[in-house]
Amino acid sequence: MTLIGWSQIVLFFALLLALTKPLGLYLFRVFEGDTQPLPRVLGPVERVLLRLTGAGARREQTWVEYCGALLAFSVLGVLILYGLQRAQHVLPLNPQGQGAVGPELSFNTAASFVTNTNWQAYAGESTLSYLTQMAGLAWQNFVSAAAGLGVALALARGFTRRAGPEGARTLGNFWVDVVRGTLYVLLPLCFVVALFFVSQGVLQNFSAYPALTTLEGAKQTLAMGPVASQEAIKMLGTNGGGFFNANSAHPFENPTPLTNLVQMLLIFCIPSALTYTYGKMTGDTRQGWALFAAMSVLFLAGVTAAYAAESQPNAAVASAHVAQVGNLEGKEVRYGVTASALFATVTTDASCGAVNSMHDSFNPLGGLVPLVNMQLGEVIFGGVGAGLYGILIMVVLSVFIAGLMVGRTPEYLGKKIEAKEMKLAMLYVLIFPVFILGMSGVAAVLPQGVSSLNNAGPHGLTEILYAFTSGTANNGSAFAGLNANTPFWNLSLGLAMLGGRFLMIIPALAIAGSMVGKKVVPAGPGTFPTNGALFTGLLVSIVVIVGALTFFPALSLSPIVEHFLAGAGKVY
Amino acid sequence: MVSTLLTALRACVVTLVLTGVLYPLAVTGVAQLLFPSEAQGSLVKDEQGRVVGSALIGQGFTQGGYFQPRPSAAGAGYDAAASSGSNLGPTSRKLQERVTADVERLRRENPDAPGLVPGELVTTSASGLDPHLSPEAVRWQAPRVAKARGVAPERVLAVVASHVEGRTLGVLGEPRVNVLLLNLAMDRQFGRLASEPSQPMGAVAPE
Repeated sequence: MTLIGWSQIVLFFALLLALTKPLGLYLFRVFEGDTQPLPRVLGPVERVLLRLTGAGARREQTWVEYCGALLAFSVLGVLILYGLQRAQHVLPLNPQGQGAVGPELSFNTAASFVTNTNWQAYAGESTLSYLTQMAGLAWQNFVSAAAGLGVALALARGFTRRAGPEGARTLGNFWVDVVRGTLYVLLPLCFVVALFFVSQGVLQNFSAYPALTTLEGAKQTLAMGPVASQEAIKMLGTNGGGFFNANSAHPFENPTPLTNLVQMLLIFCIPSALTYTYGKMTGDTRQGWALFAAMSVLFLAGVTAAYAAESQPNAAVASAHVAQVGNLEGKEVRYGVTASALFATVTTDASCGAVNSMHDSFNPLGGLVPLVNMQLGEVIFGGVGAGLYGILIMVVLSVFIAGLMVGRTPEYLGKKIEAKEMKLAMLYVLIFPVFILGMSGVAAVLPQGVSSLNNAGPHGLTEILYAFTSGTANNGSAFAGLNANTPFWNLSLGLAMLGGRFLMIIPALAIAGSMVGKKVVPAGPGTFPTNGALFTGLLVSIVVIVGALTFFPALSLSPIVEHFLAGAGKVY
Repeated sequence: MVSTLLTALRACVVTLVLTGVLYPLAVTGVAQLLFPSEAQGSLVKDEQGRVVGSALIGQGFTQGGYFQPRPSAAGAGYDAAASSGSNLGPTSRKLQERVTADVERLRRENPDAPGLVPGELVTTSASGLDPHLSPEAVRWQAPRVAKARGVAPERVLAVVASHVEGRTLGVLGEPRVNVLLLNLAMDRQFGRLASEPSQPMGAVAPE
């Protein structure tokens, strides 16, 4: 670890901190304000879009209606995306003549993008047409992020809305949230960032792949495409599905250290800003900063561990007596160890899943960090929207446990947390172990599971565990040596992604629906304050304990044991 | 139920056209106007005006008179239509054997090189298309390149020094040298090497 390396990490965090309040205020104005930004320009566009959807503009929805709208939107999203891939060979914008995508891979990719996971079982440059990339993948990059935002807002409204005499029952309107999120937040930011990316060298064209003769006389074919427009939303929407196989390690996706910094900021900026937006919604911004602080503690712990681990030499390389400055297998020279470890932490804290280095080649403890980040529930800033609703569920758990400790009915923001909410919260928390551990266990004993492995020994188990963790957590990064493009992996990971998205969104929205109608009791001397350092500490502990209790046994059989074996010079 | 599905269908069509068609087309239009060269892949030409590659994409070099890049896991090596890392972990026997073989080869080809083999010359990058090397890994190869081209090592190192890019804003990323641009500069400075990739390693190339 070096001073310059740490300066890079501190600079990143300082910029994130500086963005949180202004962007948080902007989001508040977009979703909760009386007037939206730029009413003269964007107001009419919003009205036209809502009229075209026939959404019965501005009618408030109950949690069941809100959830139904989201599910209908997602099901149709899967079907359209599936159809686009299956028919891409007869559709336009396919200069490379890519054939129809197979049925299992199409299902996997459709599930992957609609759930905001963006797991890549495909290699973009050799599989997908430009039309599939932009009208299929980029489209879902936008709307799956907007849908996640909607769920977070609905849950926040559930906690913060003050019931009238007849009680509040509604959580906002899904269509309005999606349209506003897309129009006021995602599209304008992406447009500007995409142009910046092109200025740095990211591609933006519809050309066929040029074949050229290299300086030494060899043949080289350059993959092309409308990359920058997709790259911007891939990061901002915490999607992470790359235009190319190598994702953000590809020089045409992420050409310079400056684009790398911007990409990391894009991943974190909306999830971070949402904590401030939430604080504003509660009427006490310290409620938001308490969440921000808990996320920051976990983030800084992760990046320190990853940076320290990757600064160590790679054991398999070390035996050959080379001059190693950290582990450079699977890393790009322009980022080096620091920016690779930082990116890996950021992309797995948030449920982004873009990669600028290959996690599969990380040192054992370096690879443990992304894995644990995801297993903690994608609440360390987390995905767009998904991070906020995830941490709010952990808040419910924390408040409940605090209540048990002092023997009082737990309450949060003046509303009582009761058996019904706790049952729903537990349902939410149990999805992870059921899908991740259950499916990993099955895959580890089936020939269809283990035949896809690229590494043997404990590292192979890590590849399996990482895949189901990434899918269920809707992250999408990979220990990419695993050949996931087989019927078994495409179908099982497709199911893990759908379960990890919708089986968690439904209880979250149900909690929102149950909380919104509750009466607010004024805070008394026995109320546990949720806006200070004590609560932040408790929240961090709960997140870590729930994750550790669930996953420590599996982790000790994979990266942890590999760490000791690597130290002893074992290879497989 | 039916009305929700109908609304969802209309919302799909509206958002697809807006974000999946109009947005990328608008970005393409403006980008091609403002940054036409970058949008098309930052292509590089040699002195004869022939396109020889992209400034952002690494390519293979095997002749002793050229600086050589890192090993690549993209296709058969630097296949810019099949980006990929090796994805081999730190307890992989395959990785250990590959590195050992590469170290032996590099030692054989660079008898005059100072010190241990730099790690990045035996590790594959994440994309398989890494266009860069650290300044140290380039300087390590300088004695071989100088010998193959029949020029003084100091003159080669001077060209290298002018091609080192520092960290952005002093902190971001790592210092690096673009191998393709460096080799182009070598050809400009000391004359073009013959295009014979099969030429034996370390042999003196005709001037």
